[in-house]
Amino acid sequence: MNLEIAYLIAAIGLVQGLKFMGRPAKARLGNVVAAASVIIALLTVSVATGWTGTSNVALLLALVAVGTIIGKIWSARIAMTAIPQVVSIFNALGGICAVLLGLNTVYGIGTTVDEALLGTVLIVANIFGAVAFSGSMVAFMKLDGLRVPRPSSTQKYIARTLLTSIVLVIGYFLSGLSAPTDYPPLLLAISGLALAYGIFLTLPIGGADMPVLISLLNALTGVATLMAGLLFRDPVMIIGGVLVGATGLILTLQMCAAMNRSLASVLAGATKGVRKQDTDVEQDIRSITAVETASLLAFSKHVAVVPGYGMAVAQAQRECFALQEVLKQSGVQLHFIVHPVAGRMPGHMNVLLAEANIPYASVLDMAQANDTMEHYDAVLVIGANDVVNPAAENDPGSSIHGMPIIRAYKAKQVIVMKRGMAKGYSGETNSLFDRQNCKILFGDAKQSLEQIISELKRI
Amino acid sequence: MNWAYSITTIDGHLILALSILLGLEVIKNIPAILHTPLMSGSNAISGIILIGGIIQLLNAPMEQYGTVIVASIAVLLGAINISGGFFITDRMLSMFVMKHKSQTSKKP
Repeated sequence: MNLEIAYLIAAIGLVQGLKFMGRPAKARLGNVVAAASVIIALLTVSVATGWTGTSNVALLLALVAVGTIIGKIWSARIAMTAIPQVVSIFNALGGICAVLLGLNTVYGIGTTVDEALLGTVLIVANIFGAVAFSGSMVAFMKLDGLRVPRPSSTQKYIARTLLTSIVLVIGYFLSGLSAPTDYPPLLLAISGLALAYGIFLTLPIGGADMPVLISLLNALTGVATLMAGLLFRDPVMIIGGVLVGATGLILTLQMCAAMNRSLASVLAGATKGVRKQDTDVEQDIRSITAVETASLLAFSKHVAVVPGYGMAVAQAQRECFALQEVLKQSGVQLHFIVHPVAGRMPGHMNVLLAEANIPYASVLDMAQANDTMEHYDAVLVIGANDVVNPAAENDPGSSIHGMPIIRAYKAKQVIVMKRGMAKGYSGETNSLFDRQNCKILFGDAKQSLEQIISELKRI
Repeated sequence: MNWAYSITTIDGHLILALSILLGLEVIKNIPAILHTPLMSGSNAISGIILIGGIIQLLNAPMEQYGTVIVASIAVLLGAINISGGFFITDRMLSMFVMKHKSQTSKKP
């Protein structure tokens, strides 16, 4: 049996699979190709490594079987609205794997690290793995609505201190002052510091910046994997790690670009820029009822929905589909306009809309929609706030100034569905509400939509 | 460590450099609709780190409890990462596919 060929196939399959995953028509095939490549690689390694005893093989098979079943059940049960949480947890698992393997290399197997290059590789793998693990866990807790400490400048100060200590310990290792026997405790110390750093890096980051954070944590796991690949001298691990790192990095930069912010300013956190809390302006609000909204929609030709994280929270995506269907019957066209950073991870809204069977063709991106915004007779904003705030365009003092927005204010009529007068994640007042063509429909988005739909059916 | 295809350090760096260029090229220009599946799919790929766990587990004598236990945990977590990641990505993508099919079948 030629195992080298199998390994080559696995390496090529990973690249090709990921390439397919970037094309809508071939994405599902790509996922299968990537999964098959991973399985081939794992089998090849298992066979080629040989073993010290049959009990090891039995243990390995049992662990992989249990892990596979847990993963399968977990992924089948989870609601699509919870995808960002699940991706964070899975990412954390990859990160902690790197840390465990790294520590096991020096403590368990007892590899003596006397080479600066190998030592550095191992240190970097552990740092990235540890930050990805603890960062992803905090991100998970934030996304799942669990209690975490609120962002504060103390957290940023602690994060900087931890980062400095990590750099100092690495410097000590590279200076050659440490004996090879010092290496294991050094690695352990760095891993501990990096775990703590991951927590304090993630805590200050605001909810609306989650798409950037999750992409970044994904990239970190990729780097940890490729470093582990260098350590284990395994080409498939290196290639896999790089592909993950590249995906995470490119998405991170795209998300930053979509908010017109630098990565540094996102990491600087949410505590910045919340201004004039004491000078809250009284806003001139016009409200509208669900019945009035229904009749407005019935007399429109082109209607658009701008969904945001609030739609996911209210689980209102199926009602959006029902609204589209009922409007179609009366000859009204309904589009969905998705902002690149709407939701809590890149592409979050697209997945939810697809889950509700909303056709891909009726989902527009921001650039497409902004050009033709004047044609919409009505725009419904469901659970989005900052991404439609005109302050981003005309208020240089606003913390979101410069962020590209969906220009809903240009439509003939804007209806914002809101629970109450809470602000968006930026903490900014939304000047859209002051506009003459904007009305607010108070209440739970799902219930409001149900009312609108039943009213439309009666008309 | 006993691993049949160990590459040399310079080979490793060569593969690293080339695959970075390749990776950036492959991931460029992905439509927004695929961002979430791409991320969870690539997340599953990062579970390939399980290879390291397999190498450690198969090489360690059973008497070295510590080594075996730590490697076992790594293998278990890695397997969950891979299986969960690929299955959930497939679930997401199946929603896209179903929708495309129902659209085309309704047209004629």
